[in-house]
Amino acid sequence: MMGEDAAKPMQTFRTGTSGRAPGAIAAIACVMLLALALLPVVAGRNLIQDLIFLFYMLALAQCWNLLAGYAGLISVGQQAFVGLGGYLLFALTLLGGIDPLLAIPLAGLVSALFAFPTALIVFRLRGAYFAIGTWVVAEVYRLVFAQFKPLGGGTGMSLTPSVTSSVPGIEWVKALLDVRTPAARDIISYWAALALMVGTLAFVYLVLRSRRGLALGAIRDHEGAAAGLGVDIYRVKLAVYVATAAMTGMIGALIYLQKARISPDAAFSVTDWTAYVVFIVVIGGIGTIEGPVVGAVIFYLLQRYLADFGASYLILLGTLGIVVMLFAPKGLWGLITERYDLALFPTRRRLVIPPPAEIVSKTQG
Amino acid sequence: MTGWLDALIQGVLLGGLYALFAAGLSLMFGVMRLVNLAHGDIIVLAAFAILVVAGKLGLDPFVAAALAAPILFVIGFTLQFVLLNRTLGRDLLPPLLVTFGLSIIIQNGLLQTFSADSQRLRSGAIETASIPLGGGIAIGVVPLLTLLSAIAVIVVLNMIFYRTSIGRAFRATSDDLEVAELMGIEISRIFATAMGLAFVVITIAALYLGLRANFDPTIGPARLLYAFEAVIIGGLGSFWGTLAGGVVLGLAQTIGARIDPEWQILAGHLAFLVVLVLRPRGLFPRAQD
Amino acid sequence: MPLLETRNLTAFYGDFQALYGIDMSFDEGETIAIIGANGAGKSTFLKAIAGLIHGTPDSVRLEGTPIGARGAADIVKLGIALVPEGRRLFPSLTVEENLLIGGYGRKIAGPWTLDRVYALFPILRERRSAATPALSGGQQQMAAIGRALMSNPRILLCDEISLGLAPIIIADIYAALPQIKAEGTSVVLVEQDIVQAMKVADRVYCFQEGRLSLTGRPRELTREQIHRAYFGS
Repeated sequence: MMGEDAAKPMQTFRTGTSGRAPGAIAAIACVMLLALALLPVVAGRNLIQDLIFLFYMLALAQCWNLLAGYAGLISVGQQAFVGLGGYLLFALTLLGGIDPLLAIPLAGLVSALFAFPTALIVFRLRGAYFAIGTWVVAEVYRLVFAQFKPLGGGTGMSLTPSVTSSVPGIEWVKALLDVRTPAARDIISYWAALALMVGTLAFVYLVLRSRRGLALGAIRDHEGAAAGLGVDIYRVKLAVYVATAAMTGMIGALIYLQKARISPDAAFSVTDWTAYVVFIVVIGGIGTIEGPVVGAVIFYLLQRYLADFGASYLILLGTLGIVVMLFAPKGLWGLITERYDLALFPTRRRLVIPPPAEIVSKTQG
Repeated sequence: MTGWLDALIQGVLLGGLYALFAAGLSLMFGVMRLVNLAHGDIIVLAAFAILVVAGKLGLDPFVAAALAAPILFVIGFTLQFVLLNRTLGRDLLPPLLVTFGLSIIIQNGLLQTFSADSQRLRSGAIETASIPLGGGIAIGVVPLLTLLSAIAVIVVLNMIFYRTSIGRAFRATSDDLEVAELMGIEISRIFATAMGLAFVVITIAALYLGLRANFDPTIGPARLLYAFEAVIIGGLGSFWGTLAGGVVLGLAQTIGARIDPEWQILAGHLAFLVVLVLRPRGLFPRAQD
Repeated sequence: MPLLETRNLTAFYGDFQALYGIDMSFDEGETIAIIGANGAGKSTFLKAIAGLIHGTPDSVRLEGTPIGARGAADIVKLGIALVPEGRRLFPSLTVEENLLIGGYGRKIAGPWTLDRVYALFPILRERRSAATPALSGGQQQMAAIGRALMSNPRILLCDEISLGLAPIIIADIYAALPQIKAEGTSVVLVEQDIVQAMKVADRVYCFQEGRLSLTGRPRELTREQIHRAYFGS
């Protein structure tokens, strides 16, 4: 019998990141992923192209969110890496004869290399000045590429048929799904976009769950306190900047593989690659992984049905962005979580207190 | 040789225009710590306002600008009081994103109202007038006026900041917001007044923008970048520093253009980056900070 | 009617409660000393009166008018001036400009003009064009007090004016208080230096962990009472 002088059982605490019903959400995610992968079998070319757009905008939004929402690096110059990735794809395939799909990760790698010196310069600025500094850098990239004649100079150029038809898997898709070359290329691009989107989501999720992620959360919430606790802010920010540059470069490479035509003004466009991305993150919810997903879907719908209205459409987007920023700063996802305490991608730490049964079995063991 | 001398002179004169762009930005940041991403677009908006006033009332642009200035003061005051004051606080994101959204709204609003056509402010004879300096070099009257106006604006701004009661309030608010309140300074009004003043400076900048070159709704962002570069090159905290920054930027651009006309803008950006690497606080930063 | 009255004044910093329902009042012309250990809530109390912290309208009354929810700029206009802890002069302004800005919000005729402040603290006249960071601690404190006086306040709130100063300098500064009182200004002194504060005060209040632990006239309180009120039992 346990006497009073028996040692009190030790309670062990651990931290975990699971939210509610993690198993069910993971299962649903797998099913959705499978459905998306098989979609080309039944979907028409228009839907495939629309989804490619949705996937890469979402991927870009996750990257910007990681940068601004978590690391506190508000950049309005990410178009530098979209354009860089696009031009690298053109350079690697047209000038280097490299397989187009292989060129995508290579473009990411080179983008990361460019990001290092860029960061060293731009990190000398803080806050809003950092933001404009990134914009200046993007302009420098644009102006330099506009001078680079082998890749089309100021007017740009298109991918040659020899490159577009050398995308691996085209013949296989043509035979399997009975489509022509351009459609087959789109389907391969679709899978690549899907892979990139999932990869970006997974990367962001895993980073935030890791110890680095804890540091990021601390920087986001209170940079001064984080520094006081020994978090090496500079290195963390540098790592995030370079990593997002790599991912953004890969996404840019994919975008321009699919478009097959590039020009400096389009590739380094502030509107397409920053304004829209920022809108997605703000509407959906900054600083969460789920937010940009919500934002991307909404943006896709707005773009699909309203883009024809040109300048009025942009005025609408701008106004919506301002209204959300002022009255619902956590975005739509923020409004939802305020009511229902959901987390599809749980990354906040919870203290896990073991139930009494565990304690008893430990002392008897 | 004369080509290089000419580039130098043109660079200094161009610097006057950039200093005008930058002065408004410098004022906004100095008092409110606000970096307005819509700054360039507001300059373009002011240029269109002058255009409309000049057109509707059949006035010379200088007179039209003088009439438009008080209207733009009110617009700036209201914008700050009603919208931008809500965004200012500890978080960096809201002012950045709201002004970014404003930039898009203004650009596209102008596109809707005026189309993408290039416009110009017409002022008759002085547009092409120039003062010969001998040796084949001449100074355009409009560029000279731009530089002189920039200097005048900076002199007036310094007078306001250092010789008036409200200037003391601006500086005090910039130093310590909480204690400024303890002096009875109503922060929301001071910010709005500063913004109104910035809009007047912007109107002057817009006048010379429109006189010197064509403008259309899309050129705003580039002006923002030039203004920003001039402020950073010059160093935060001093209006004369901003003038110096503008001149350095102007010189970098004209010298770059001398080497290759396509390199003008790139040369300016590169000069900015070089200063940022070598002297991150700018060439003439204020002693404390 | 008392000049200033607080009723059930509470204050929070986020989730942390700094003041638990303080009731206090004083009449025109009185000098009040507030003493207590670090973190007892003394500064918070002054900030609440000065409008830097907002409460319910009724929690602070000025001659019966509820002012508890008003902002700092309004409170200055009503005649309550705070000399903040740590002096907090404006580094971009010269000594003279600091004094002048003190009168920005409340421009009413009164005894305190620039000349009168210079008469009170002659060293400031000598250093009128200096940048304030160049001043010694004592001089900065004088400038901070002078700045607050420029609004011709009815109530002068002083937050730890002896902090970090040598005793001889503190004595100099306290020597100016009688002249301030002579003009009819009510003074509230928050102090860690109990000795000086008790010498000049009509009444003493002691704070302990956000609550009033003692109140009375300096002459009537014993050392033990004060010790217990200050440190708790």
